[in-house]
Amino acid sequence: MSGSLILSIVTFVYGLAGFLYVCAWIFRKQILGRFATWVALVGLIGNTAGILVRWIESYQLGIGHAPFSNLYESLVFFAWVIVLIYLIIERKIENRIIGAFTTPIACLVMAYASLKPGITSAIQPLIPALKSNWLIAHVITCFIGYAAFALAFGISGMYLIKKGRDDDPVNWVQIVKPVVLFVFAVLFSRVLFVSSWLFALLVAIPICLVFYGILLLARNLPAEAKAKLLDRFPEPRILDELGYQLILLGFLFLSIGIITGAVWANSAWGRYWGWDPKETWSLITWFVYATLLHARLMRGWHGKRIAFLSMIGFAAVLFTYFGVNLLPGLHSYGSF
Amino acid sequence: MGNQDIAADPLNKIWKFFTSVRLTVVLLLTLAVTSIIGTLIPQNEAPQAYLKAFGPFLYRFFDLLGFLDLYHSWWFQTLMLLLALNILVCSIDRLSATWRIIFPKRPKFNLARFRRLERKEEFTPNGSGEQLQTRYQTVVSDNFRYCRVEQTDSGYTVLGEKGRWTRIGVYVVHLSVICMLVGGVIGTRFGFEGFLSLAPGEASRQIQLHNRNQMLQLDFAIRCDDFKVSFYPNGAPEEFRSSLSIIEQDKVVKSQDIIVNDPLQYKGIRIFQSSYGPLPPRPQDVRMPNELTLVFTSKTTGMIYQKKAAIGQRIKIPENMGTFSVDEFKSSYDFRGQDLGATIVGTLHQNGGADVEVVLPVKFPSFDKMGPIFNQNRKDDVHISVSGIKAQPAEQRYYTGLQVSRDPGVWVVYTGFILIIIGCYITFFMSHRQVCVDVIESGPNCRVVVSGTANKNKLGNERKIKMLAQTLSEEKFGT
Repeated sequence: MSGSLILSIVTFVYGLAGFLYVCAWIFRKQILGRFATWVALVGLIGNTAGILVRWIESYQLGIGHAPFSNLYESLVFFAWVIVLIYLIIERKIENRIIGAFTTPIACLVMAYASLKPGITSAIQPLIPALKSNWLIAHVITCFIGYAAFALAFGISGMYLIKKGRDDDPVNWVQIVKPVVLFVFAVLFSRVLFVSSWLFALLVAIPICLVFYGILLLARNLPAEAKAKLLDRFPEPRILDELGYQLILLGFLFLSIGIITGAVWANSAWGRYWGWDPKETWSLITWFVYATLLHARLMRGWHGKRIAFLSMIGFAAVLFTYFGVNLLPGLHSYGSF
Repeated sequence: MGNQDIAADPLNKIWKFFTSVRLTVVLLLTLAVTSIIGTLIPQNEAPQAYLKAFGPFLYRFFDLLGFLDLYHSWWFQTLMLLLALNILVCSIDRLSATWRIIFPKRPKFNLARFRRLERKEEFTPNGSGEQLQTRYQTVVSDNFRYCRVEQTDSGYTVLGEKGRWTRIGVYVVHLSVICMLVGGVIGTRFGFEGFLSLAPGEASRQIQLHNRNQMLQLDFAIRCDDFKVSFYPNGAPEEFRSSLSIIEQDKVVKSQDIIVNDPLQYKGIRIFQSSYGPLPPRPQDVRMPNELTLVFTSKTTGMIYQKKAAIGQRIKIPENMGTFSVDEFKSSYDFRGQDLGATIVGTLHQNGGADVEVVLPVKFPSFDKMGPIFNQNRKDDVHISVSGIKAQPAEQRYYTGLQVSRDPGVWVVYTGFILIIIGCYITFFMSHRQVCVDVIESGPNCRVVVSGTANKNKLGNERKIKMLAQTLSEEKFGT
């Protein structure tokens, strides 16, 4: 069986795991949750196998290299790290609801890798700049960081859902929120799906409508049903701390990722920092999370404010990963 | 001196300004937001490119704000400098104030605080507190570097502590950032970054500096002995390799092949394989043709005859106009100071006339029409041209693009890299933990309360305290 085929199947396995986690959460069935964990584990094993088979295949093609060299391969590895870290968390804090918010992310990542036109799953030979041992260290550390941030994003979302709506009066935050949502929706539909800004604007409107529709629906849910859905969530205190721990992990690995990239650039191009858009955006992401850490540690920010900052940080991560392809630069081999 | 005097001191005010974390947050976010601009506007392009893209007004405006070389603009550098000062002042301020608190001679434990903690593990062991004391002490000192027992009004407590030094971690991170910035400054002050392109066989000691319209003279010359590029079947480059020699005082002092990711180093200067490009073929690269087509145009009948020929062949011209021998192929031909390019030189053996030399430049088919004008011995009955020339295409030659740079600050930056990884690890994942096993005697039995504090990762600490309490309560069954 070829690596890409295994990985296509894994997409569905992750989808099934996500579906089961959601069912376990909504219908409050322990057995479904346990089944979901096993399915996710099978997915993870399949994902590992897919990556290894791809590695072997590349050697059979005579262009042997570690499978971390293009967008498809990085996405597959991204999904792998997300599920791995999630399963470790599940074991540690013994709560499966987080799975309903994280395994679908892994499924979406895999689906995006296989379905987005222009992302090739073919094994390509390495261009000279990528022929370095730093490639493996750089990609692995970066994607552990990105995955930790992705999970922190999911957990921040859970935190906000658990906390519910503020009853404080309308202030500038209430007005800014939908605007920010719309801007992000435009930006990311342009970056991820469509090839023109006008089209992105059109796509962003239904995205925002769906988001607010769900929000409205959730708000009008009978209090009893709402309580039932939320009571199995981990305590806000735990979600807050967990999200923060993940951000620490992500920050450490993002730092190592930037450093390995810098050392590599120094051995390939004779400079460790050149302000190329990808480098700059990774630094921007680093600044955002550094701000979050200082706000939390030194100014005592907790809860919602940290959750929002974590979401902005993840937006920066996504832009570093995908958006930079819209800009000129050296990292073009990771593009599509 | 009163308090008011201190507040009025301007130096003190500046110091206070730089100790604020609010400043850190503002600086980090400002740097993040302004950096975005530099990724949207291409940096360090030629003015013409900007003029074309933005028009004269916007170009002037962006140039004025330094947006076209944003990361080296005075205001961006000022922001970085402010951040460095902020980090430095904050660290010194906090470290000097807390050093004694962090490293006292004898660690302090605040019993009342432990007793106030919300989360505690409690159990009732069999046996009296006195019997258990040594056991508890061993368990705690196995898990904590520092351990002591204190008597309390209700019994005694076993106190343990570890990781006090991890409070230094954050200063290591801050120091690392300073290291990177200082290394960067050293690099730009005392280093250089330049470009050099060489054709195979060529040598040069002139480097075109980046982002500046300046050349730099090296103490030695770099010669490219050979350059090769290989391609994958899909056309993507597989490897490009330059064989370089370093020449000092007309002597080769070092020779090495370089490829991407594997530079040459000499006297602190590193030479990187960075790019390559096509070179126009040289005259000597034009290959000798193995077949050519000659065209004979008869003046008298106007007939055109095409004949295939090869170098060294002698062919008969129709209409009894004699024979023509193709003597040689010249990749260049000098005609009255002008290079005619690839040229066939032959001899026309005229019937009943002299043998005359004929020059047939490939690029100029009507050149031979002037043949009789230049040579009195030539009859004006036929003119000859070369219509087709079949030769192996000349092998494409490439120049090699070399990046030449010197950065004495790189080791300072690398020290920063190592420090930030160690510092982040300590700061994020190691904590200063204290534990208090509070044994409260009540008659023959006693109650044990285990509680602990940590300066970081409270959740993890709770788990660890739970495990410790479990070990302690199990201990009673052991031995």
